[in-house]
Amino acid sequence: MAVLQMQRISVCALKKDRKKILELLQQKGVVEIERMPEEDSGFQRIDTAGQRAVFEKNANAAENALEILQIYVPEKKSMLASLEGKTPVDFEGYSSVAERQDAIMGSARQLISLSKHIAENKADIVKRENQKESLEPWKPLDVPMNFTGTDKVAAFVGTLSSPMTLEQIYTGLKEAAPDLDAVDVHVISTDRDQTYVCVLGGRKDASALEEALRSIGFAKPTQVGGMVPEERQKQLTEKIQALQEEIARMETEIADYAVDRRDLELVSDYYRTRAAKYEVLGELLQSKKTFVLTGYVPRKAAAALKEELDKNFTLAAEVEELAEGEEPPVLLSNSTFSSSFEGVVGSFGLPRLGEIDPTTIMSFFYFFFFGLMLSDAAYGFIIFLACFIVLRKFPHMEDGMRKSLRMFMYCGISTLIWGILFGGYFGDIVDVVARNYFGVAEGVTVIPALWFAPLNDPMRMLMFSMLFGLIHLFVGLGLKGYMLIKDGKVMDAFWDVGLWFVFLIGLILLLLPSDIFAGISGIAFPASLAVPGKYMAIVGLVGILLMSARSNKNWGLRIALGAYDIYNTTGWLSDVLSYSRLLALGLATGVIASVINQMGSMFGTGVVGTILFIVVFIFGHILNLAINLLGAYVHTNRLQFVEFFGKFYEGGGRPFNPFTTNTKYVDIKEEMKL
Amino acid sequence: MILENLGIVYALLGAALAVLLAGSGSAIGVGIAGQAAAGVVTEDPSKFAKVLIMQLLPGTQGIYGLLVGFITLSKVGLLGGGAAAIDVQTGLLILAACLPIGIAGLISAIYQGKTSAASIGIVAKKPDQFGKAMLFPAMVETYAILALLISILSVTAIQV
Repeated sequence: MAVLQMQRISVCALKKDRKKILELLQQKGVVEIERMPEEDSGFQRIDTAGQRAVFEKNANAAENALEILQIYVPEKKSMLASLEGKTPVDFEGYSSVAERQDAIMGSARQLISLSKHIAENKADIVKRENQKESLEPWKPLDVPMNFTGTDKVAAFVGTLSSPMTLEQIYTGLKEAAPDLDAVDVHVISTDRDQTYVCVLGGRKDASALEEALRSIGFAKPTQVGGMVPEERQKQLTEKIQALQEEIARMETEIADYAVDRRDLELVSDYYRTRAAKYEVLGELLQSKKTFVLTGYVPRKAAAALKEELDKNFTLAAEVEELAEGEEPPVLLSNSTFSSSFEGVVGSFGLPRLGEIDPTTIMSFFYFFFFGLMLSDAAYGFIIFLACFIVLRKFPHMEDGMRKSLRMFMYCGISTLIWGILFGGYFGDIVDVVARNYFGVAEGVTVIPALWFAPLNDPMRMLMFSMLFGLIHLFVGLGLKGYMLIKDGKVMDAFWDVGLWFVFLIGLILLLLPSDIFAGISGIAFPASLAVPGKYMAIVGLVGILLMSARSNKNWGLRIALGAYDIYNTTGWLSDVLSYSRLLALGLATGVIASVINQMGSMFGTGVVGTILFIVVFIFGHILNLAINLLGAYVHTNRLQFVEFFGKFYEGGGRPFNPFTTNTKYVDIKEEMKL
Repeated sequence: MILENLGIVYALLGAALAVLLAGSGSAIGVGIAGQAAAGVVTEDPSKFAKVLIMQLLPGTQGIYGLLVGFITLSKVGLLGGGAAAIDVQTGLLILAACLPIGIAGLISAIYQGKTSAASIGIVAKKPDQFGKAMLFPAMVETYAILALLISILSVTAIQV
């Protein structure tokens, strides 16, 4: 129904109890702890950044380990996994993790080291593969790569910087060193840009030969090993195989840790929670023996919390009213139906100090308009059913998600009701099937609309759309008056709201009997309405003109500002016209559905035609439902945010952010229900 | 003879323009918003659903065009097979009736696309402001809805 009343709780307790007390508060999750005012000589903050860092590091390690498990032993997640929410854990199960934390962290560290090891091995394999690759041209060489010859014979193993034939090499050598004889050149292999050679010569000519070789582009190989290339390659292959086997072994080892997944999740949350606790601990002001904390607590929960604190600890706890003008964090509390729409209000902005919670009233209009825009009984039923099943199937869903789905479930019901009123069932599927398969004559409506079909009478629908809009807007204006009266500003409520009601109703009474209106709506109102209408409009007009800027002392300016306020009438006009989207979007659903049905029935009524009809039917209606669902959602929001809230509501409150177990995987069921 | 039969041609031209102009506008608008959306998803894939909704917002004009086109076609009987005999004046009336959603749809969809792209920027930086971000493109759409309204009312009001 409303914004929950907040109170301030202040606790002064013994330092030795501080962790226990924080744990209790965290468990209950009903207190938003406030950062204390400045330190003084008696009370000071202590630095907990160190401990926090340790816990955060541990939480990250567990997180890392979980990621590693997910890579090597993927856990199948369905598309709807995000709806599952956190696994509920009772407090005992959660506490037990504290005793086993070292063992679990041991597993986490083991997982991380295994994964690191695998990564290293993989890098090693790549390195060795490269070595193997670079030995490939040397394969025919049957001496070690670093072979330099014997006592009498000098050997040079290396590459020439361009592809050369044996003749070219001999010629080249001859030119470089004509005196040199007894040279034996072996071309081991040739590729696009190098020649791999082994050159033998007399030991005594070694330096001359080397000189000559250099002149034709000889270079020692980069990789020199004391092994014959082929053997070295074999050795490398074996090594690679060994590394791969090791990887496989480590992977199975990792897979064995898959059973620890739940524990890892639990321990990750455990450390996260402790880190949060230490963060608060660092904020507290502490003296030698005591500490103080203060924060906001909802009035509902305050007494029970104080009692629990008094019972368990030696402390002084005090619950007091907030100071005048203090803006507390906002927590909304509504009935099950209305609370489903809290997300919509939240996305606009929570109520500021002194504003009412618009959720309840808005939820009924939201329900009403959403259905009106979608207005197809079958679509409504599908939405309702889908949301209902998902809500049933995933009971631990995250709170915000559950509220949204429940909202759509209610909107589905509304759509169903409007669909029946307007006679839309997958557009005109009933008529199409009846016509094509049962020989019902063209133009006969099998299930007539309970009220009327908007497509056949759009003007009537337009009138109703604007009427609904006018009611919506008047309720908004009325709420503004209510808020003013609640604040004790009765006269302001009269001048700013009452006069507008008089003026606007006067204008409407003037409009109703006019020829234009009769022409459009076909309803003739008695002309006598115009008389009170005229007087109301004049009273309202003059009143607004004089009183709108009443705080202004300068009469000239006051009248001018009043005239400007009168100009707001155009704003009212455009606001009311804006509700014509109720008609437009409602028609869009129905007409596109009819187009789909028509397209489907173009294939005739044979077997193939029927199959094609079903295919077109399914895909077409899924598409239409999706697009129009989006449209209805966006535009219902718009009507609430712009037209309705624009009349009375600003928002901008700060959401209540209690100190609680801020977990990622598990939900510890011990919190106080608000 | 030909001149007398031009009525149905004008009517069809009207339906074609409604679908064609509004549809092109939506294609451009959704395209502009889509480029911004793709950029956000490269940085943060978890925002996919939110930016997709934003991208789809300028797509409605195309649907409105289709709507008017369809109502026009069924009005002149082109869907049922037997086209009604339409004189030139009625044909031109139908053509005029189709123009609001065609032209307002084209322009509003392009600007809505640009606004959507900007709103996608909001979602990228402040995902919790989704509700407000969605509102900006929805404001642009109002004028397409007003045009749609006049088009529908005119088409249904014309006597064939």
